[in-house]
Amino acid sequence: MSDDSGTGIEWRPTASNDVLIKRARLLAQVREFFALRCVLEVDLPVLGERTVSDPHLDSLYTEGSRHYLQTSPEYFMKRLLASGSGPIYALAKAFRAGDRGHQHNPEFTLLEWYRPGWDESQLMEELADLLVSVGCTSNAAAQRVTYRDMFLATVNLDPHQVSLAKLAQLASDIAQRDMSVESRATCLDLIFSFEIEARLPPGIVFVYDYPECLCALAQLGVDEQGVTVARRFEVFLERTELANGYFELLDADEQRRRFSEDNRQRKAMGKAEMPADEKLLAALEAGLPSCAGVALGIDRLLMHLVGAQHIDEVIAFPH
Amino acid sequence: MANYSTNEFRSGLKVMLDGDPCSIVENEFVKPGKGQAFSRVRLKNLKTGRVWDRTFKSGESLEGADVSEQNMQYLYNDGEYWHFMEPETFEQHQADKTSVGDTALWLREQDSCIVTLYNGSPLAVAAANHVDLEITQTDPGLKGDTAQGGTKPATLSTGAVIKVPLFLNEGELVSVDTRTGEYLNRAKK
Repeated sequence: MSDDSGTGIEWRPTASNDVLIKRARLLAQVREFFALRCVLEVDLPVLGERTVSDPHLDSLYTEGSRHYLQTSPEYFMKRLLASGSGPIYALAKAFRAGDRGHQHNPEFTLLEWYRPGWDESQLMEELADLLVSVGCTSNAAAQRVTYRDMFLATVNLDPHQVSLAKLAQLASDIAQRDMSVESRATCLDLIFSFEIEARLPPGIVFVYDYPECLCALAQLGVDEQGVTVARRFEVFLERTELANGYFELLDADEQRRRFSEDNRQRKAMGKAEMPADEKLLAALEAGLPSCAGVALGIDRLLMHLVGAQHIDEVIAFPH
Repeated sequence: MANYSTNEFRSGLKVMLDGDPCSIVENEFVKPGKGQAFSRVRLKNLKTGRVWDRTFKSGESLEGADVSEQNMQYLYNDGEYWHFMEPETFEQHQADKTSVGDTALWLREQDSCIVTLYNGSPLAVAAANHVDLEITQTDPGLKGDTAQGGTKPATLSTGAVIKVPLFLNEGELVSVDTRTGEYLNRAKK
């Protein structure tokens, strides 16, 4: 390496060369994994005329061309699926404004894939296979635990049945401030993030069957206790969240309702409303095949593989 | 004052919380896979010195606190208030016992110190890290005992009592670390 130029300008990458080599290897391993399984890589735009309406995601907007940098390739991928693409994956940059922390960079690498004809249980299996194949060694096999069981085991509350007042009480204790006006979803997210995540079992852990109010773009189902749940899962690796998967919503009308509900919430939060992606809705109306899909943060996976504490250690030039 | 959103929270930022001015010590961004993001914030209450941990939803904001730190010269104590002066404007400020606190033990007239102003009034006073003060009372020094360990109490001109080596005498100047109250070395007059 050459000596410092003496300008005092920090121009060097924050990731070491060793880590950048591991990054290249990880990307190659992911591509090989899917090539062997005949899942097609798709190369999609990062600029879109529309973007997500999820009230907790903020898109970056390009003034010049009036496009949004995509928070994930999901809508494009669903349009491909509806046009008969078969199983597909995308391995590309995604952007989320304001996300910055030791596990977040506003520009990051996302692996997203869809399996027509599969449900979320089959996809969890494949995700575990992928993690093992890229070198996430774990003594124990991947574990599965329901969202309810994790709540019961850690805070002794049934997240589907407990009253909002009780949830808000616990959330207030954790946040050290009054959370009584908050929604059920916010209280659940807070309790899970601060009280439960750190108490997950080690290794690869799938948490599934989320409360209905956290359904996002997942189909609803009924669990063995007869409770309506969102057919979603998250995977945690050594208690760090890596990926989010769904048994995908297919119903265009329900999708439209969820967009409106998102916008109602955005308005209440003082955020700009996002017009629905009519092309996605049209694709759903034409018919999205029954499928399961998942999105995985590659940077965080790499952090685990190289033992990094901060995401800047695995990204050459973070923001 | 301006409002600051959670994504502008940086350590050192001064904000109002529960009616008191606070300084942000740490801010950790936490976000579940899907859903609400949070900021877990550690704040120091500048009035009481107590440290608070609070969790905010991303995008929530706090009002900025009108807090600034000024280098000032300590002038005198009138029995109730300590008086300070801004060296450039000559503007004077008076601080009460609550704001000055234990720093009173290290304030020598004419010395410069750092005064934290909140809405224009002194909230806290910090002495320089090292100050030179005169010993006004101590047991007589033991001649020749410059190398041995062993200390004795000495009262300084400001009223502070510290431990000094045995060889020091009344009337001598000593350097003190005001953060720990420890003797550093003998100072030149």
